[in-house]
Amino acid sequence: MLMTYLEAIRQGIWEEMERDPNVFLIGEDIGVYGGAFKVTHGMLDRFGARRVVDTPISESAIVGAAIGAGFVGLRPVAEMQFADFITCGFDQIVNFAAKCRYRWNAPVPIVIRAPSGGGIHGGPFHSQNPEAWFVHTPGLKVVEPATAADAKGLIKSAIRDNDPVVFFEHKALYRRVKDDVPEGDFTVPIGKARVFRQGRDLSVITYGAMVHVAAEAARNLDEEGISVEIVDLRTLLPIDEETILASVRKTAKAIVLHEATMTGGVGGEISARITEKAFEHLDGPVVRITAPDTPVPFSPPLEQAFLPNVDRVVEKARWLARY
Amino acid sequence: MAAVKPSLTEALPESVPEAGLARRALYYMVLQREVEDRIERKLYRQGKILGGCYVGRGQEAICVGVGLVAEPDDVLFPSHRDLGLFFIRGVHPRQVFAQYMGRTGGFTRGRDGNMHMGDLNLKLVAIISAMAASVPVAAGAALALKYRGSPNIAMVFFGDGATSRGDWHEGINLAAVQKAPLVLICNNNQYAYSTPLDRQMACAHVADRGPAYGVPAEIVDGNDVMAVYQAARRAAGYCRAGLGPYLIECKTFRMTGHSAHDGADYVPQRLFEEWGDKDPIRRVEREMLERCWIAREEVDAMYAAVQAEIDEAVAWAEASPLPDPATLLEDVYETPGPGGIAGC
Repeated sequence: MLMTYLEAIRQGIWEEMERDPNVFLIGEDIGVYGGAFKVTHGMLDRFGARRVVDTPISESAIVGAAIGAGFVGLRPVAEMQFADFITCGFDQIVNFAAKCRYRWNAPVPIVIRAPSGGGIHGGPFHSQNPEAWFVHTPGLKVVEPATAADAKGLIKSAIRDNDPVVFFEHKALYRRVKDDVPEGDFTVPIGKARVFRQGRDLSVITYGAMVHVAAEAARNLDEEGISVEIVDLRTLLPIDEETILASVRKTAKAIVLHEATMTGGVGGEISARITEKAFEHLDGPVVRITAPDTPVPFSPPLEQAFLPNVDRVVEKARWLARY
Repeated sequence: MAAVKPSLTEALPESVPEAGLARRALYYMVLQREVEDRIERKLYRQGKILGGCYVGRGQEAICVGVGLVAEPDDVLFPSHRDLGLFFIRGVHPRQVFAQYMGRTGGFTRGRDGNMHMGDLNLKLVAIISAMAASVPVAAGAALALKYRGSPNIAMVFFGDGATSRGDWHEGINLAAVQKAPLVLICNNNQYAYSTPLDRQMACAHVADRGPAYGVPAEIVDGNDVMAVYQAARRAAGYCRAGLGPYLIECKTFRMTGHSAHDGADYVPQRLFEEWGDKDPIRRVEREMLERCWIAREEVDAMYAAVQAEIDEAVAWAEASPLPDPATLLEDVYETPGPGGIAGC
């Protein structure tokens, strides 16, 4: 069934709430208002204020309360209004939630949803991609779907998972991406990447909104006779190294593409793993395409210059293909 | 709403057998004191315990007084000075010594040390080092108990310094707005590491902060275990009645440094002397002897039994194996990804 990325997340949460009375939502403006992006629209009417908890502006308390409710047998889904505000709940996520199982065998079955990403003229505090902070935290799972089908399948898996999952939803995809979502109770496994597009000449390893940038670039490059394979990571932690390496071994060339800034980003980790474990298969350097190391600017020409785009991918791919 | 100062001589409810209650309180306080003395004054100095080493000397009446009010299924969030709660929940000192020594017999199998321990089966939640981080977590547990229609409540313990952190304020506020059944117990020992209370806050009492959130608060003599017990009963009753959170500020004094490495030279000696005279164990013991609730010989026998239990427990802990380095990668996740844990 065709549906938007946003509708897919909404339906995934809705179905899990219907299925399991222990699933509940907690966050800012998620009840009457239905969430800043309307992901939780209609849920208050259906499930009531007991299960759709509007909170004060207290990200630390939202995450902390989710952890505590998890200890008492509930399966909380916490919403950060924007991923940018996740910093206010950082300690609860990286020091409390992430370490409980390892320290004292206490599962923390929570989901923290975080609308991330630029391209909506949100400026420095409504556009960031902070996934790398969490990818650097053992004990967390970090997910970022690119399609409606994966968004639904992964949010359902995240809710059923017994470990804390940080679930990044790219805001620019909410209403722009629409694809076929399987009927029925289907899930997508956390920790498994997928080959989004088959190709021969080079691999683009990417996730989130950049999957679509890569796809458009790949269509353009097809016309030039450069066949691009795209690996959509879907989960950033734990990373599916096998799928990445299999693709690179096949194409012998790799571009790692993400919207987040470069230094200390997920791209560095992936390119290091490729060079460590598939070096002898490579016919060229592993290339990163990312945003530059700046805050996310507001004004459209600046933001456009900041965000990786199709032209940059095409240009780098041509360069790499010549190796 | 203003902070309420209860009468410390208020009579216990008739249904409470005072002497029996006092005996239990004395036992758990003595057990905490003696276990912690062994940890801080012996095992730490012998190098058998490494790292941070936090004890609640002089403050035992707080966790014991509250702990004796808690129902078995109430969810407790001890701070690092509330060891007595573990004993009240049936934990054996063996497990505590093994925890401090980094042995597999401890709560965390060597993954964490000292008071960073918990057991969900016993409804004891482990603290993390960031002060007050447990407060929003406890608010969530309280919210979930209400969600599930449970008659149980959550009880969270913290020091005076913790009330300077944003987490404390976010947690109490959320609990108040949601009318979550959460008892907040402040162990006001007047020092946060080396920082005295007047450098920690400009208000006179931690209890003054409760009414700002619509939360009733009271101040209690934290060295009087029966007074703490009564305050905890009022607080628990309020929460169980569905009226929302309740704050208790227990005035006490930290009769040690922050941790075993800290000589606390910054604390004026006269304060140690003054508060030493108010020792909560000596106090309840004296009252019990005066009222003939216990005989001197029984007190002596209690101490002897505790010492014997501790000797046995230390031996057990020392015999408990240190963790096998091969277990390093276990339990990061319930199910790690197909590639396992990276970096090995």
